[in-house]
Amino acid sequence: MLEAKEVSRRDEAAPALDEVTIRLLPRSARFSLRLRPAEAKRLGRVADFALDQDINRLVATGERRSLRLGPDDWLLLAPEAGSEAIAEEIGSGLAGVFHALVDIGHREIAFEIAGQAGARVINSGCPLDLADAAFPAGSATRTLLAKAEIVLARPGEAPLWRVECGRSFAAYVEGWLTEAAAAVNGRR
Amino acid sequence: MLLVTCPYCGPRPEIEFHCGGEAHIARPAEPAGLDDQAWSEFLFVRTNRKGVQAERWLHQHGCRRWFNALRDTASDRFLATYEMGAPRPSAGGEELR
Repeated sequence: MLEAKEVSRRDEAAPALDEVTIRLLPRSARFSLRLRPAEAKRLGRVADFALDQDINRLVATGERRSLRLGPDDWLLLAPEAGSEAIAEEIGSGLAGVFHALVDIGHREIAFEIAGQAGARVINSGCPLDLADAAFPAGSATRTLLAKAEIVLARPGEAPLWRVECGRSFAAYVEGWLTEAAAAVNGRR
Repeated sequence: MLLVTCPYCGPRPEIEFHCGGEAHIARPAEPAGLDDQAWSEFLFVRTNRKGVQAERWLHQHGCRRWFNALRDTASDRFLATYEMGAPRPSAGGEELR
């Protein structure tokens, strides 16, 4: 994995950092919501999921997280337990409003990358600028990790990233991240 | 790395995008009224300009929205990007064609 080695070589003089860890996150409820931007602005939120944040921003309300990935595209995350109840809640909240809500809970899988050098691990396959100024806490966007499409989110100030990918890409994404982490950790 | 400024997401790496060919080609209002020559020209004949050209671009691995861009096909420089449906901007006071 050439890129991972390149990234770690560049920062040889950097101070020692904690080890970067990759963890498979427990299953969760996920919904893809498509809605006209004007309606989202008018409603503000539905079933405790924010709708009116800027594009590529994440807003958490308790355990419910709303990631706005485009002008009319939201990814809604919640604990797996209440999945069906949540769908009903959103459906009744949007009654009479033109929208499309799809349960994609089983389509995707999520990894958590933790550690101060986590951005270097992700950058081994993702060309986005992940510095604090460019990708601050609360950022969330669809992007690429090597050949796989992912949704990358940074929920808070902590050096912790969430990578969502399609189930069939999981082995590839995990392999990529693990190898990049090994290279970055080896250079600490 | 070439950065493309998505009108919705801001500057993003070019590999997230997909080019959809020349922009501002209006579908004929009455396709049935066209002869084969005119119809095939609408379907297949493009300007293929060397220089500034308006193109459709898709932010495929991002917000998944189509937008238009003014790109110099010789230097690969993006001069402007704008939302679908917006009029073609002029650059440097001169109308770009």
